[in-house]
Amino acid sequence: MKFGIIVFPGSNCDHDAYHVISKQVGQPVDFIWHRDTNLSSYDAVIIPGGFSYGDYLRAGALARFSPVMESVKKFAASGRFVLGICNGFQILCEAGLLPGALIRNRDLHFICEHIYVRVETSDTPYTNELQTGSVRRIPIAHAEGNYVCDDETLEALRRDDRIVFRYCDADGNVTAAANPNGSRENIAGICNDTRNVLGLMPHPERACEDLLGSSDGRDIFRSLAATLALAA
Amino acid sequence: MQEQLTPEVISAHNLTTEEFDRIKSLLDREPTFVELGIFSVMWSEHCSYKSSRVHLKRLPTTGDRIVVPPGENAGVVDVGDDWCVAFKIESHNHPSFIEPFQGAATGVGGILRDVFTMGARPIAAMNSLRFGSLDHPQHGRRNRSLLAGVVGGIAHYGNAFGVATVGGEVAFDDAYSLNPLVNAFALGILKRNQIFFGKASGVGNPILYVGAKTGRDGIHGATMASAEFDEEALEKRPTVQVGDPFLEKLLLEACLEAMRSGAVAGIQDMGAAGLTSSSCEMASRAGTGVEIDLTLVPQREGGMTAYEMMLSESQERMVIVAHSGREREVIDIFRKWDLDAVVIGRVREGHNMRVLHHGETVADIPVAALTDEAPLYERPMAQPSPKSKVQSPKSEDQKNQGQRPETKGQDNNEALLKLLASPNLASKQFVYRQYDHMVRTNTAVLPGADAAVVRIKETRRALAVTLDGNGRYCAANPREGAKLIVAEAARNVVCVGARPLAITNCLNFASPERPEVMWSFSEVIDGMAEACRVFNTPVVSGNVSFYNETEGRGILPTPVIGMIGLIEDVRLVVQPGFRQPRDLIALLGTTADDLSISEYTAVIDGVSTSEMIANGAVPAIDLQLERAVQNACLAAAESGLLRSAHDCSDGGLAVALAECCFSSLNRPALGANISLTDVLPVTPTLFSETPSRIIISFADSARPEIENIAQRENCPLTLIGEVGGDNLQIKVGNEKTISANLAELENAWRNSLPKKLEAEVMAAGRE
Repeated sequence: MKFGIIVFPGSNCDHDAYHVISKQVGQPVDFIWHRDTNLSSYDAVIIPGGFSYGDYLRAGALARFSPVMESVKKFAASGRFVLGICNGFQILCEAGLLPGALIRNRDLHFICEHIYVRVETSDTPYTNELQTGSVRRIPIAHAEGNYVCDDETLEALRRDDRIVFRYCDADGNVTAAANPNGSRENIAGICNDTRNVLGLMPHPERACEDLLGSSDGRDIFRSLAATLALAA
Repeated sequence: MQEQLTPEVISAHNLTTEEFDRIKSLLDREPTFVELGIFSVMWSEHCSYKSSRVHLKRLPTTGDRIVVPPGENAGVVDVGDDWCVAFKIESHNHPSFIEPFQGAATGVGGILRDVFTMGARPIAAMNSLRFGSLDHPQHGRRNRSLLAGVVGGIAHYGNAFGVATVGGEVAFDDAYSLNPLVNAFALGILKRNQIFFGKASGVGNPILYVGAKTGRDGIHGATMASAEFDEEALEKRPTVQVGDPFLEKLLLEACLEAMRSGAVAGIQDMGAAGLTSSSCEMASRAGTGVEIDLTLVPQREGGMTAYEMMLSESQERMVIVAHSGREREVIDIFRKWDLDAVVIGRVREGHNMRVLHHGETVADIPVAALTDEAPLYERPMAQPSPKSKVQSPKSEDQKNQGQRPETKGQDNNEALLKLLASPNLASKQFVYRQYDHMVRTNTAVLPGADAAVVRIKETRRALAVTLDGNGRYCAANPREGAKLIVAEAARNVVCVGARPLAITNCLNFASPERPEVMWSFSEVIDGMAEACRVFNTPVVSGNVSFYNETEGRGILPTPVIGMIGLIEDVRLVVQPGFRQPRDLIALLGTTADDLSISEYTAVIDGVSTSEMIANGAVPAIDLQLERAVQNACLAAAESGLLRSAHDCSDGGLAVALAECCFSSLNRPALGANISLTDVLPVTPTLFSETPSRIIISFADSARPEIENIAQRENCPLTLIGEVGGDNLQIKVGNEKTISANLAELENAWRNSLPKKLEAEVMAAGRE
């Protein structure tokens, strides 16, 4: 199995994702420059966090035009795995690989802190090692993480069990007070209808070692590695 | 363009008649207009350190671990296993006052460039910020919006660039009302054999201009930062540059990639005084000449003159000297990152900086005239009267203060609550929550502890970093104040389990042309030098910021120390919070009556800063005792005996104990039962700010070993209580002085700043 991490100008969590895949998950991983278009040797790609193109115009709005994104679309259509974290989630929404959009946080400023998310479904390649309903402590770090979508989309997300993570309190209650950014229905992460593309605002790669305050994010990468191992 | 060099033109360049005469004699002719501009920036206080150099020489700058002492873009220190850290602090006070958001943002950008110019990848940033009071009747609103703007600018730049902003300090005092201090610190890691220098070495080597295009922004920024402000200050807004963190991120990656390629001989960032200072500093360090052709410089706008290009302070630019014949490799790397890279000149024999524009020589100056021959002033110094006092444990002063009338029926609970909610002591979470403090996944101790800790991924080691300053102490007694700051910085580093290694300093003062300012500057240097020798922490980099005055009123003398410390095993990191019920709590060090300049006196007694400075005394600092306390704490930490350690400083013992109780990541709030002796009256016992004290907690089983360590190190150790419960209870003698619900205390501490600032931040966010 092989992971690829896409690097746009302005990506800045690329090294962190690389560190987790190589050191914590123990799998081979490459950086993929955004002008490269050949993804044939990879089983999963991660679109990391950061400020691709400085978030100018709108977060993710320019990155979606990078040459690699056409390949990512085909890669996803072929059933292989695409994980977008933070800016990666924003790019996936802009590229139309995931529905909805991420707008400015309710309180307008950037928020960096550890928050809790509830795992809403273990029926994805990214959460099959996690318990539905379990609570994970994972940091967020964003200014545009307020998830919005129209009623029809929300209905489809609910109906097809595609809401993967919701912001919650330490006991797993999904409340307005536990919603850090104003996201609709406390949505922190969703998948596509074929469940191989996941986008989430929290940074699981920052929660893979006790030394950093939490290792609750590690199972997301391990689930994906286990899925890939099964498929191999 | 050849303008007449009239006395008005010369004075507009902030040059004195004597300095202009010196230029003429160094050149043996009249300078051209471009040359006059070049001299004016290179001889400005900001670039030449002409008032401070004679004093800075007295600071210790060498040591076993010091790899690059002051003089380069950043200092470099060896941290073992061939790894080094490069770090520096720099002021951006003037631009931040004029335009807080961009001023602070470009301050962050500048210090990051200083660090990665050395070949280091920045992994941590910090900021020391000082503002006027948020509730000031006249300036409160301005102060609040300055804070919101500065914090927004730091977040904007650091977050997008991708450096973890891991903490710092935010302090308030009306002395900074129209002159906020914004000091930016950055630290990067690099391999010992991959350090790069700002040297134009190798005659014939090509000089490349890389990064952003040159525009008309920031012309005379360095000169602006070398003069005081008046009511027209805001008209100087065009001298502040606009930062582009995205471009800086590209510049970082391209520079590091170019350095790895082996094609780079030398590299220098274009900061203050842009193209001028970068090219002549590189030539000066290498002892070579340089020739550049401005016609080749990438320009953002048409019709720029040579004068404008040489003085522009456009951001995110660098000068690279490549090995001859390898310029193509450098250009290709920068092109990959969508950046300009253009050969604009060559390293030449001789010792002159020659500047061409449209085929004409517009400047031809011996490099030494701009650097070594720059004016050096031994400015007059005078100690202000009345003579500043030092608190001495046995002085008459002390006895008298010991008999300060205890306010009858004074509610200590109320005082503690009020102190915890006061802006200087309240939680700064509201600020650092806006900074990405975790990116690059190295942050082992989050902001809010005594020092931040970032690990070095490739090793088991970690670095502790702290910024500390105290304008009140340095105003009352600059020499002792400087010692107190260095001691506190070292104590902060020790509290997380790190051994102090080295410092960088940012010296913020008013006009050097005032003898009392120069005297306090000199005293600060001597105090700092003495303390740095005791803690074995040489100064490896730094910055002097003079002329911090507005409308004739100067700031307090405010040196800020950035200290780094080394933790051999990151798993042995210690944090301030109590961890386990029934753990024992002890105080290392002893408490004296040090209330006359303190948060208690300011907040509870309502004494103004100027009264405290005039009538109060700084605490006596015994550097040997300080070392004993630190050594004991460090030995216990390194043996894995400590459950927590916290510096006891601003607000005194009661405030420090409350902070130990408050919740933090993965740790619920935990109460404590404390019993203190009544040697001193209640108020100083609870709120005195005596230095050289650390609160530690440990398991009962560790007690014998900890007592042994304290005895061995000659460190006073007093058991003062036990962890447990939901309240903070403090008895002094037989008197119950504090019995407070923790949730209530923590709530006051955590929510005070957000309440004060909500409106401003919402406004800044909308911009």
